[in-house]
Formats: sequence, C-alpha cells, structure tokens
Amino acid sequence: MEKKTPLYQWHESHGGRIVPFAGYLLPVQYESGVIAEHNAVREKAGLFDVSHMGEFVIQGKAALANLQRILTNDFTNMTIGRVRYTLMCNDGGTIIDDLVVCKMEEGRYFLVVNASNREKDADWIKAHLSGDVTFDDVSDTYAQIALQGPASPGILASLSNTIPAKYYTLIEQGTVAGIDCIVSRTGYTGETGFEFYCKSADAERLWEKLLEAGKGAGLIPCGLGARDTLRLEAAMPLYGHEMSDTVNPFEANLSSAVKMDKPDFIGKASLTGKEKPSRIRVGLRITGRGIAREHFPVFAGGKPVGQTSSGTFCPWLKQAFAMALVDSAIAQVGTPCEVDVRGKKVEAEICALPFYTKGQK
Amino acid sequence: MNFPATLKYTKSHEWVKVLEGGLVEIGLTDYAQKELGDIVFINLPQPGDSISAGVSFADIESVKAVSDIFSPLTGTVKEINSAIQDSPESINKAPYEAWLIRAEGEIPQGELISAEEYQALLS
Repeated sequence: MEKKTPLYQWHESHGGRIVPFAGYLLPVQYESGVIAEHNAVREKAGLFDVSHMGEFVIQGKAALANLQRILTNDFTNMTIGRVRYTLMCNDGGTIIDDLVVCKMEEGRYFLVVNASNREKDADWIKAHLSGDVTFDDVSDTYAQIALQGPASPGILASLSNTIPAKYYTLIEQGTVAGIDCIVSRTGYTGETGFEFYCKSADAERLWEKLLEAGKGAGLIPCGLGARDTLRLEAAMPLYGHEMSDTVNPFEANLSSAVKMDKPDFIGKASLTGKEKPSRIRVGLRITGRGIAREHFPVFAGGKPVGQTSSGTFCPWLKQAFAMALVDSAIAQVGTPCEVDVRGKKVEAEICALPFYTKGQK
Repeated sequence: MNFPATLKYTKSHEWVKVLEGGLVEIGLTDYAQKELGDIVFINLPQPGDSISAGVSFADIESVKAVSDIFSPLTGTVKEINSAIQDSPESINKAPYEAWLIRAEGEIPQGELISAEEYQALLS
C-alpha cells in the first residue's frame, strides 16, 4: 500500500497524473506535460513535491565521529548551515545510498536520504552507531517542497527574509510566507533553487503560497517526469541507476564525495587501490536516430563495453543523452560507440558530464 | 478527447482511414497520444516492408517510455510520413492529421471497431 504525501489531494485535484513511486503516490506530470515542466525549470521556475525523501537526525557528542566513520565524505571542516553530498558504502566499498548531510549545530546533523532506501539506511546507520549519539528517523514529520529555476530567488524573496546566499547552504529557522521551515539552497535539477522542509500540516499552505507568489514569474507545478529528465540532463546520478550495491564510488565517477585521506571509514579498506577503476560512469550523446534508456548494451569497435544506466530525450538540449557504465579504456570524450536500442545499433559518442550546465542555451 | 466518426479504430489505439484505391492510412488515437505524453521520437518502417495484423510495425518514444504501434492489416507499407519523423510532437498536437504510414493489404474480420465502440472500450 503506497503512502500519500500531505500534498496528494492537491495533486489529484489539479490534474496531476498519479503513479506509485518509491512507496508513495506522486504526480508524474500535470496537464502541461513533461517537456513544458522541464523547460519551465530551465527558463523560469518549477515546484516539486519531494516529500517522499527520507530525513534523519543524528546528534550527540559523538555525532561527527559517527558520520566520519559511516559516510565517505569529510565533515570535520563543515560550518553550521553547510550542506554536503556524500555516499554511504558497505564493507565491500559498494554504495548503500547517496545522501546529503546538513550541519544544524555542533553535534547535530540532518541527513536527507532516498525514499526507496530509507529503511535500509536507517538499519545500517543504527547498527553502526557508537558512543554518545542518538538517531531519529524524522521522515514522517516533514514535507519537502523544491522550488527550482532561475526565477526562484525572486519568488522566495517576495515571501521570505530567510534566503541562503550560497549554493549548498541552509537556514534552519526559516520562515516562508509566515510558515516555519528549513530553507536549503539545494536541488536536483541543475538550476538555482531551494528546498523547503516544513511540517506536514503546513505543506499545502506553503505549496499554494509559493505557487501564488510565482505565478507572474512563470512558476508551474512539476512532476516526477520532469524531475527525472532535469536530473539526467544535468547528469546527476540516481540511486538504483548510476549507483547500487554492485558499483563503487570510483566506478560511479563520484570520487569527489570520497575522502580516502580520512583515517578510516566503512568501505575504505576495500576501496584502497581502486581509485582507477576498470569501468566508469560516462556520458553518451546519442548521435544516431533513437533513444537509449536504462540497461541497453553499449558497444565500441564491435565489442561489448558496458551498459547504459539511464537515458532519455533531454527536452532543453533537444537531443537524446544517456549515462553508462563502460570500460575505462573507451571512456575518453569523443570516443565513438553504439548503443543497442532494442536490437538496433544506434550511433553515439562519449561526451563530457554534465550534458547541461546552468545558463546553457 | 476527440474520436472522429469517419475513422475506424483498433483496440490497441490506432486509427485507420480507408483511402481511395484500397490504401489505408494508420495513426495514433487522441487517447494514445495523451497517455504517452510528449512524443519525441518515432521509428517507422520503410516503404516496401511487410507488416502483419496485430504485430508491431513501428515504435514510438515519449519522454517517459517506448511503446509499440500495431498493424491493423497484413500487407505492405506503401508510404511513410517522413515529416513526422522530424516533428514527432505533431502527433500530440493533431493526432488525426499525423498519419504514420499508408499501407495496402488485408484487414482481418473484427480487427476494426467504430468510434462509438472505441469510446466504450475506453470508458
């Protein structure tokens, strides 16, 4: 039985096409369609219900020491209000989840994890905590709304004085349209934007206030379809696609989130010496006619070299792109290859990541 | 949604228009284009290709997914609408103008239904 977010009724009564996703019923798109929603975020602004994401709080004197050991990034030099992307690996050095860590105060951290991994992550973290530290899964306390796109700073400014100035920072005691929430300058679209964590009971009011404030600036509600095309166009990895417990962080091309110079962390021993992996995540520009989706075989020089992890037609770039895990030997930008699109070889080439960068036309 | 009474329909959401000289034009219904969402790519057969009733003759990609398009007849592709290969979104805009192929052949008994029957099927 799928859960409903606090905004479910709103989505249903406003033309949201509802699908089950990660245990929740969420809109995949509204009447305007995926392409219009995607382009609204690139040009103006879009509003997403991302209440399915999981949130944990880890606090206590040993909170930092626990994060240092359980997660791959380094949190020792974080100031209050900083957000940091990290991976969580198992002893074998493969990926349990990717998440962000927000430092709320000394000894208190807020973690945002993937909805589909919430229970697995909670079990893993709890089983590996030690010392003076507590763990709380607060996912059901919070609704999460993402306001994304170049118009979002202006929209937020019309409703709030609490605007984090820098990317990957947050303000915990924020107020938007009089509603208490955490205001975080983060997102998953490749655009400037904010994510708000508010009480479930306030979610619909905050959602409507934001939509109303953004009306003149072109803000529209967006579904999971656009969230996926936006993240793919920005080459942001997604758990279960670019990452899994059979892929290590170096293979996923996420070495920047792994600090091998930390004294120790779970998975470090297994990852030592694997910094130059034999297969790696790359970008593919589909130059032939067709669209590569996930799990399509990739060939170079007639030989199988790997598989796509996700792919679609990118609405803003108006071309099909994919990400793939391929032999490092062919990972150089410009290398021609072919993708087997349901039995038909379609021409492609290795290209730089991300496909889209902010402001690119 | 719109289902012209002048057309015939398949249960797999294609529309069929019988032209002069035994040719039939095949496209996707308004319902199908709406379900698919934004259409971004279409892979059509070549003129001269054989097609079989109930078997996929083309695939169509929306932003979300790929779907098969099934032939209502057994016969031969005579002509393809190459204009829609360059602007597949025209299927979303005007599904009954955006024909995919023109073909010639035998339509099995019971394959086609009326607009009324098709609408009843959707409800």
